[in-house]
Amino acid sequence: MTVTVLPGAPRRARRPRGAARRTAVAWLFLAPFTVVFLVYTAIPTVAALAFSLTDLRGADLRHPFAVDFTALDNYLRLFQDQSFLRDILNTAVFVAVGVPLTMGTGLALALALNSGIRRMRGVFRTVFFAPVVTNIVAVALIWQYAFNASGTVNKVLGAVGFAGPNWLDDPNLTMPVVILLGVWRNFGTAMVLFLAGLQAIPQDVYEAASLDGAGRWQQLRRITLPLLRPTTLMVSVLLTVFYLQVFDEPYLLTNGGPLGSTESVALYTYHQFGVGEFGMSSAASFVTLLLVMLVSAVQFRLLRPCA
Amino acid sequence: MTAADRVATRRRSVARPLLYGALVLCALLTLLPFVWVISGSLRSLDEIRSDPGAWLPHHLTLGNFERLFATEGFGRFLANSVVVAVMVVAGNIVAASAAGYALAKLDFAGRRIAFAAVMGAMMVPLTTVFVTQFVITVDLGLADTLTGIALPSLALPLSVFIMRQYAMSIPDELLEAARIDGAGEFRIFFGIFLPLAGPAVATITIMSFLNSWNNFLWPLIVAQSMSGYTLPVGLAATSQAAAHVTDYGLLLAGAIVVMLPVLVLFLFLQRYFVQGVAGTGMR
Repeated sequence: MTVTVLPGAPRRARRPRGAARRTAVAWLFLAPFTVVFLVYTAIPTVAALAFSLTDLRGADLRHPFAVDFTALDNYLRLFQDQSFLRDILNTAVFVAVGVPLTMGTGLALALALNSGIRRMRGVFRTVFFAPVVTNIVAVALIWQYAFNASGTVNKVLGAVGFAGPNWLDDPNLTMPVVILLGVWRNFGTAMVLFLAGLQAIPQDVYEAASLDGAGRWQQLRRITLPLLRPTTLMVSVLLTVFYLQVFDEPYLLTNGGPLGSTESVALYTYHQFGVGEFGMSSAASFVTLLLVMLVSAVQFRLLRPCA
Repeated sequence: MTAADRVATRRRSVARPLLYGALVLCALLTLLPFVWVISGSLRSLDEIRSDPGAWLPHHLTLGNFERLFATEGFGRFLANSVVVAVMVVAGNIVAASAAGYALAKLDFAGRRIAFAAVMGAMMVPLTTVFVTQFVITVDLGLADTLTGIALPSLALPLSVFIMRQYAMSIPDELLEAARIDGAGEFRIFFGIFLPLAGPAVATITIMSFLNSWNNFLWPLIVAQSMSGYTLPVGLAATSQAAAHVTDYGLLLAGAIVVMLPVLVLFLFLQRYFVQGVAGTGMR
């Protein structure tokens, strides 16, 4: 069962039979992951592409060979569907507003926690990270409770003399509330990643800079932010990919409403699936995959010179 | 102390109270939702109805929790969530420690492909695959079962990645020495690697528990009857059914029960939570 190697013998010089055995053993170790990966990632991804080229409906599942190959019909329908185009726009708003807000908050807090604060640093970090681990269903309930017409938010507004609106029924106000929930839930992740990035910057760079008379603001602009660039890129891509798939927040707060004002592409996918339009749903889901791959490819390009 | 240092110190002593003030304010804003849910859950239904937006309860009551646990189905949701979480955590410990070890410490044909699969699996959006995952789950006869809910998460790529990164830090010489002594790969894995992998196993346990406990979209799709709901799905369904009755007391008590286990775990083990996120840059 064992392959004995003489001390100092180079790895490559092992006998081919040993190599085959080592490969078999290694794949045995990898077997559980591989099975789950094949059944629940690889096959579904290929199948999603295949589904998206057919008119498969939920009712067809019992006799899948009756399904017609419709080539790019679903995609053409998708891009003629006003509600899908609106959902793409909504998702773009999630990304365009959610990513900078989440990143900005995370970066500001990471800088604050890294600026020589000793006392309570762990407490602050724990508090700011708590929303990340909190259950989204529970939080969405609190959000509904707070943004109710007679909820706590309006009570606060009333106390300072504003008549609060009915937040979750006004198509112009729901998106900000849903994005706020996304930011609240995710800035802790950005903060932790930025903290890790900040701690990787060697201290003597700052010492040299302050000897040369650089102030704190200059140090931030000339040293910290440039050296933090790889982290910044990574966080922005991570959040972009996350917001491209945004589902939980709009589903739980508004189910895409009112009037589709908060429906994301993921929610469109889910709703099409819900009415049995598996082909259309898969086509929409593949648009998400293409967008995610595009973002990742751009990241790869941008990160390469830094690595 | 140089002149520059003195200037810096003076400036910092002015800036520091401001910094603390800003941090405390941010912390309070972050905690506000938690305050709402706790105070809301402790208020009686009448009190909530008459003044939904009040900050603090006039009379503390555990009535909401009593009603919650008396509600049909709630115990079932809770049990389902626990069973799924146990399956997911156990699966991840086994699958990820084995796979991570192989990827980091064994030299074999297909290693690059296997690693690419791990990285690729982290990037495929659930949005893209849930329809086909659902069809496969139906084909396997696992629709509306707890196994069907747990299966896709049994070997999370993030867990494999965390374990691989950790295994890389264990010196090859240690394992090589055992190999020279004639130990097989399985003995090395169980006898030498696993006992050393405690911190990584802890991180995986926590990350996969979190993933399972907070998972929403997938259980929402697979569970089709009340008896198969996990806690978040059950809570969401209850809240939607109650949209017009709005028994917020019950819902907020439910929210507490969903949040509490993770928050308590988090308070004690936050080092591992943060490691799981920061060490990999993934979620």
